[in-house]
Amino acid sequence: MVGLATTLGSGAMTNSIADLKEADVLLVTGSNTTETHPVIGMLLRNRARFHGAKIIVVDPRKIDLVEEATLWLQPRPGDDILWLNGLAHIIIQEGLYNKPFIDQHTEAFDAVKEKVSRYTPEFVEEVTGIPKEKLIMAARMYGSARNGAILYCMGITQHSSGTNGVKAISNLALLCGQLGKPGSGVNPLRGQNNVQGACDMGCLSNVYPGYQGVALREMKDKFESHWGVPLSGKPGLTVVEMSKAALDGKIKAMYIMGENPMVTDPDLSHLEKAYARLELLIVQDIFLTETGKMAHVIFPSLCFLEKDGTFVNTERRVQRVRKVVEGPKGVLPDWKIICDLSSRLGYPMTYGTPEEIFEEIRTVTPQYAGITYGRLESGGIQWPCPDVNHPGTPILHKGRIVRGKGLFVPVDYTPPPEVPDKDYPFIMSTGRDYYHYHGGTMTRRVKILNQMCPENFLELNPSDSKKLGVVDGDRVKIVGRRGEFISKVKITDRVPAGVVFAKFHFAEAPVNIITNTVLDPESKITDLKVSTVRIEKQGS
Amino acid sequence: MRITINGKVIETEEGPTILRIAQMNGVRIPTLCHMEGLIPTGMCRMCVVEVQGLENPVTACNTRATDGMVIETDTPKMRELRKEVLQFLLVRHPVECPVCDKGGECDLQDYVYEYGLQKAEYQVDAPIKEYKTYATTAIKYHPNRCILCSRCIRACREIVGREVLDLQETGFNTRVEAVRPERCIQCGECLAACPVGALTENLSPIKGRTWQAKRVTTVCGYCGVGCTLEANAVGNRMIKVTTHEGLGTNNGSLCVKGRFGFEFVNSPERLRTPLIRENGNLREASWEEALTHVSGKLKEIKEKHGPDSIAGLASARVTCEENYVFQKLIRAAIGTNNVDHCARL
Ligand code: SF4
Ligand code: SF4
Ligand code: SF4
Repeated sequence: MVGLATTLGSGAMTNSIADLKEADVLLVTGSNTTETHPVIGMLLRNRARFHGAKIIVVDPRKIDLVEEATLWLQPRPGDDILWLNGLAHIIIQEGLYNKPFIDQHTEAFDAVKEKVSRYTPEFVEEVTGIPKEKLIMAARMYGSARNGAILYCMGITQHSSGTNGVKAISNLALLCGQLGKPGSGVNPLRGQNNVQGACDMGCLSNVYPGYQGVALREMKDKFESHWGVPLSGKPGLTVVEMSKAALDGKIKAMYIMGENPMVTDPDLSHLEKAYARLELLIVQDIFLTETGKMAHVIFPSLCFLEKDGTFVNTERRVQRVRKVVEGPKGVLPDWKIICDLSSRLGYPMTYGTPEEIFEEIRTVTPQYAGITYGRLESGGIQWPCPDVNHPGTPILHKGRIVRGKGLFVPVDYTPPPEVPDKDYPFIMSTGRDYYHYHGGTMTRRVKILNQMCPENFLELNPSDSKKLGVVDGDRVKIVGRRGEFISKVKITDRVPAGVVFAKFHFAEAPVNIITNTVLDPESKITDLKVSTVRIEKQGS
Repeated sequence: MRITINGKVIETEEGPTILRIAQMNGVRIPTLCHMEGLIPTGMCRMCVVEVQGLENPVTACNTRATDGMVIETDTPKMRELRKEVLQFLLVRHPVECPVCDKGGECDLQDYVYEYGLQKAEYQVDAPIKEYKTYATTAIKYHPNRCILCSRCIRACREIVGREVLDLQETGFNTRVEAVRPERCIQCGECLAACPVGALTENLSPIKGRTWQAKRVTTVCGYCGVGCTLEANAVGNRMIKVTTHEGLGTNNGSLCVKGRFGFEFVNSPERLRTPLIRENGNLREASWEEALTHVSGKLKEIKEKHGPDSIAGLASARVTCEENYVFQKLIRAAIGTNNVDHCARL
């Protein structure tokens, strides 16, 4: 998000799901699309199988999409900037870049040109193990695409160098002029159903709704006059900073709505200590979660089938969520609980319906100004939508980069904060499963989903399993620098030797007991994709 | 180019099939095995039409229109042919609409009625006695109801790209089988593609007749794709999820979570009242008590340690409206920017 906001002027997915159909080359990296965004995964398979689209997968794991790929590059977790800069280098060397586009729509090309010159195919091969012939093929494929789209997900961003990874991706798209037209662009796939909406609504410590900076005088003035109270101009703490501050005793009270950090957040044992120090922990959810078990007060709430409102999907499409059934008797939707609490705190909120709240949202959020519940009746609308006659914006940067000029930003590879050593010889990477969702609060209570994927397992390469003397289904203890957990192993060549992979939905095998909280300096995203571990055989 | 359908002259581009052009011009041609988005096969022969100058009727779904064609879609001869098609299907297909989940939204049932068939002329009694299992436990296959249209097979192959299903055996024993069950991702695309009741949802014993269900169009709550789906409820209970071609950006496709992942709604473990911790344990409380307790405590902490000692985590799961009021509560009512959510994780 932060990366693209800097280089292009907007952090969101540039193109639409539907226009992936227009792409003849799709570069998919750090996204296990068929499992985490299944319906987009189907579309990619369909394009490759029936329409000749070329898919380049760059992923340490042999994800399912590899079977549809024309080319698969297999770096180690954390190598992204190496191969991305490597691709840029080859594209420049071979003259495959789009000079008219660079001249007209970008700035600082020379800085990147200079920077990537060090990332020769030989150098990239030496460090990442990606054969240079494959890297060259990938560069030629993307570099000569008519429409080339890049898709990525947490595999790129969940690193302490994630923002730089995103900038390197953005450089590549700018280099080839793959922006502002169908089937192109830089497309971060957002994981959760309304993560885009939560960002748009200003649930980020540094911005008001619509990404309007809290530290900017005019924005503060604007919101003070809309909301009728003086506001703080000091950016707040981010997720991981909050728990650190709680541990230090600086945060005394936390209100957690609809999240289960005690499963999904990094370094769980620290988090547990942090929450234990709070004077007041309020948790609002539909089930008693692992985080709820630590709360002082729990507010029950309703799920998406029991209330009205809007969600925003990964392609910036604002869509109506509609009530289907009544929730449990006496339970209130989240918004009503919040309004009641606010009024009791001396700041009355008297909205009668979600639509009334939405009407306020569109008056303070320029991207939403033209969207109304009435218009959403006939289908979702993609922001920005500045007025009620505007059709919405399926493709960003059309004709002009939102920022004015696309900014090339030179970035360098830095090794991940944890590198394997004698005591912790394996790299552990984490991710999602097709059958589960986030902390598993909902999906683990659905029989068919839990049947298909009842427990965590650790993916381990056959050559490593031989060395460790474990067989499929054995239990192993995974020991990291901050904690340990026990899991079954699944022996598979989906992971390369030296790398293990685990999913984070399972409270009883809490992967995040091990992950670290080293932050990317700009996005404040933690490195969930690279931590180092050792593996000890257990009795079965 | 110019063609004529049922006496109406139509100007059109070259390329599309007769069926497509008819649909675009408001002429209805019955189909069973055809499904938008799948490669047409012409195998069920419901879409037969007469073309002037051709001795035999052609199947509209896979015949391209050419310049000057004069087409009749609804002649007595074509109606007779379609009746034969339907009679033939009823040889194996039991007329058990009252006990079939699909009753009321079944293409076969509708055509049999529309074409005035009074009964099945010849029937073989349940020729397929044994059938092992389908690709997924979420779906039940009823081989005798199967009209062998292959929509499920093609949907699995062409839309989902999994190639799990294929036709097996011959004659009255022909059936759909999961030839690669290990590749099934339980997405239910096959279920949605089936025009009859040969594939039915096998999750909950509680069902409802289609016309009794309330059908609400909404958005899946499980991932950022944001698929549109139709939630079906009878009384106050979710019974199933349906979709149709053209629905949402997902065009009617869903994954296992969207199609089958709603059971949690009725879980007995749902929280039903606020809870307050007392002597180390959580006990039930009224809203009044819980809200008074929380607001009192928050005021106290704010007074003693300042607004920056309070923080809120919003949610990527709840609605925009809820996230908006949440950050407003933290910023305007409490007075701090300590509000964030797990987008960074
Ligand atoms: S559920 Fe999906 S993957 Fe399985 S057979 Fe049906 S269409 Fe194929
Ligand atoms: S199961 Fe349904 S879709 Fe599949 S061949 Fe039989 S009738 Fe057609
Ligand atoms: S149906 Fe599957 S792909 Fe679609 S939004 Fe739901 S979880 Fe995502």
